[in-house]
Amino acid sequence: MALLEIQNLNRHFGGLHAVNSVSFTVEQGMIKAVIGPNGAGKTTLFNLIAGNLPANSGAIYFNETKINGSKPYQIARLGLSRTYQNIKLFHGMTALENVMLGRHIRSKAGFMAGMLNLPWTWPEERLIRDKGMEYLDLLGVADCADIEISNLSFGQQRGVEFARALATEPTLLLLDEPAAGLNIYETAEIGRLITKIRESGVTILLVEHDMSLVMDISDEIVVLSFGEKIAEDLPHNIQQNEEVIRVYLGDEG
Amino acid sequence: MDLLKRYIPVLFLLTVVVIIQLVTHFTETTYYLTQLTMSAYYSVVVIGLCVLMGYGGQISLGHAGFFAIGGYLAGALTTHNLLSLQEHGLVSLLDKVGLLVDSTGLYGDTLLTVQPWAACIVAVLTAGVIALAIGGPILKLKGHYLAMATLGFGIIIYRIALASAYFGEADGISQVPGFQLFPGVELSGSFGARVSNYYIAWGMVVVAVILLLNLIHSRVGRALRSIHGAEEAANAMGVNTARYKLYIFVLSAVFAAIAGVFVTHYNGGIGPSEAGVMKSVRYVAIVAVGGMANIWGALIMGIVLNFLSLRGVFGSYDDAVFGVILVIIMLFAPEGILKINPWQKIKSLVALYRTQDKEESAIEN
Amino acid sequence: MTPELFIQYLFAGITYGIIYAIVAIGFNIIYNTTGIINFAQGEFVMLGGMIAITMHSFMPIPLAIVVAVLITMVVGALIEMVFIRWLESPSVLRMIIITIGISILVREVALHIWGESVRALPYFIGNEVTSVSILGARISPQVLWVIGVCSFMVAGLSLFFKFTSLGREMRACAANRRAATLCGINAKNMVTLSFILSAGIGAVAGCVMSPITYSDYSMGPNLAIKGFTVAVIGGLGNSIAAVAAGLLLGIIEAFSVSVLPLAFQDAIATSLLLIILFIRPHGLFGSSDLASLKEF
Repeated sequence: MALLEIQNLNRHFGGLHAVNSVSFTVEQGMIKAVIGPNGAGKTTLFNLIAGNLPANSGAIYFNETKINGSKPYQIARLGLSRTYQNIKLFHGMTALENVMLGRHIRSKAGFMAGMLNLPWTWPEERLIRDKGMEYLDLLGVADCADIEISNLSFGQQRGVEFARALATEPTLLLLDEPAAGLNIYETAEIGRLITKIRESGVTILLVEHDMSLVMDISDEIVVLSFGEKIAEDLPHNIQQNEEVIRVYLGDEG
Repeated sequence: MDLLKRYIPVLFLLTVVVIIQLVTHFTETTYYLTQLTMSAYYSVVVIGLCVLMGYGGQISLGHAGFFAIGGYLAGALTTHNLLSLQEHGLVSLLDKVGLLVDSTGLYGDTLLTVQPWAACIVAVLTAGVIALAIGGPILKLKGHYLAMATLGFGIIIYRIALASAYFGEADGISQVPGFQLFPGVELSGSFGARVSNYYIAWGMVVVAVILLLNLIHSRVGRALRSIHGAEEAANAMGVNTARYKLYIFVLSAVFAAIAGVFVTHYNGGIGPSEAGVMKSVRYVAIVAVGGMANIWGALIMGIVLNFLSLRGVFGSYDDAVFGVILVIIMLFAPEGILKINPWQKIKSLVALYRTQDKEESAIEN
Repeated sequence: MTPELFIQYLFAGITYGIIYAIVAIGFNIIYNTTGIINFAQGEFVMLGGMIAITMHSFMPIPLAIVVAVLITMVVGALIEMVFIRWLESPSVLRMIIITIGISILVREVALHIWGESVRALPYFIGNEVTSVSILGARISPQVLWVIGVCSFMVAGLSLFFKFTSLGREMRACAANRRAATLCGINAKNMVTLSFILSAGIGAVAGCVMSPITYSDYSMGPNLAIKGFTVAVIGGLGNSIAAVAAGLLLGIIEAFSVSVLPLAFQDAIATSLLLIILFIRPHGLFGSSDLASLKEF
């Protein structure tokens, strides 16, 4: 079985069929992109996978485990992490603290151990902090470490959120429009970063509008339109796909 | 080392506590110790509530209910005479195990009551279990629904206390005996024990503060803050937010209950007003003023406001004062009084004027 | 239970029930326009009764009631203007605490003006032993006054919101404040108006119920809790359901004295509140999707 298998997924809101019998797979080690015009259902799809929304029918298998119906925190514990299009960092906490929270599922100290400040928690905390700095450094935002996140620029916040997701050491990383708001150079940078992450063993599923990034780094692309999957293929073939072109550019006269 | 830095304020607190006691000793004003002791216990409730509201992000308008559960159960168990039930299976079993205590009542009659340690444990455990039971459904609610549900809980406890003969109805419970914590250390209201009781109370505060400080700086504390910062993202990062919110709710309930037990033994009694809405509102007011996620702020405000209130400084306007405080703080300083940085405000005002000036001169040119 | 006793309980239930419904509608009007739960709602009822009683020493009952209602409406407007108007998108928590604080303040002021004594307006017709016979039971005419006046208010409000332009403007504000402002509706004034309206109907209720239930400075919170319970049961914001829910609660409470000790009567409302909040917070007639869509 592939790392992520989406089988006949359906989700509607009243009369709107946001995700309509969508099926596709993501193999281990792959970078797969989901594209489609606005309103195609990409965000809903992500929310379904991450457990924020229950599906009306269909199944999602992650690492051979059925995850539709599971809660987000359970899915995260299985190794699936995500970033958000409109950044959801923890207010009132510094960049480093945000990333340290990413280590939550990789550490153990509980309520009692925390309250009593048991000695075995000290090295764990130190490790969490060190790892946190490591990931901040990887994303190039290490000097933001002790700054409260609402004082950071958008680009820096984006970096911190990335670092946080990476800190969970996910098997599959869901990236929600990672290039949103970035210029050409920054987008290229993000592309390099994503490829680097893939090289470290993380599988990537991303939603993105920036075609240059998508075509550049994706191994495969899934195209959605009005909730339905209209194509799933290599980037090169997607570019030639008539249906895809029609959906993006409209019909000729 | 970070660790030591964290505990320095605690040492400072301890020093201040000792100094104040010595001062009252030498200025012959030891009567202040009584109110300071009471204030200490109320502050334990407050700092527990502070962590719940500030870090758990949950408002509780019924926390006096947990205080009352602790106090009333401890009071009732240690005063109600089981002598007539001596033959009953459960009672004789408890007696054999040593959990019951013989004593002589006011009128020379023999009493058979529950041992204070046992009563304390039962009371606190009950409060914890109740918090665990209602916490689940209550914490699923948000905003006004949550507030109202906690308010409703507090009212139900109040009504039960007021309506039950077992809990003394409107008169509450009195003649609650002292509580011997360890050999030689007794928690009671007798004059001779004033100084030792002062230290017992403040000892509890110090322990509570240490535990909470540890919690906040731990992995769990970080998770709690993340729930407060962005609950959905916290879930996405693997934090079981529902469970954490429940645990912190139970923890704060347990703090309140323990304080209730100790106050009841200290005062020798408890009344339904301790469960009332006004008490709950008072706790919330103090947390709001001190700054919701600020333990030290809550503690300081807890001591100051409770002390003043107990000394009768507010007179018949007692409830009104807390109402006013609530309104004013929420209107002007929702982050809490101690977060107001007047220097910061001045700087930003100056910066604002500067930019407006620049704009105006730009327009004129 | 004899038929007469049944009718007695029924009317008692309807009387209290419709009062709870009026308080609930007061909550709903303010909630609809602002998203705020006004914890001081019960205080409006209290003020209506207390002021009318004081005024009655200088003027006949009808005039005293009118004056009392007007004064309470002014108080409502003042509360809104002094405490609420200038807040910039406050958090729910903040608003809850502020309105609780306001209710405490109003209560304390009332305490210092009128003391702790319990008073009542005299019966509008006759006195406490006058009664009319309805279906074999002896019912006080005051009960009919309460039911009549409150029903009249409910009807009047529905007509107001449906057919007058002012009413429609308030509904627009409730549905979508920003869109309403874009249409030229002065949202801030609508908010003040909602407070004035809530205060007014609360005060009227306070006046008509006074002979039966008596008035004292501390009667507010109890009514507020029950009113809120009723509003939640019907679904926050849904005033027609509030009437139904109010009658339901009133009748349950009235009949409960035949099975429960009186001391526990008040606990019924609170328990119902908790039950509904745990099981179906959006109310019996509300929908959770609708509730989550409401934005302010």
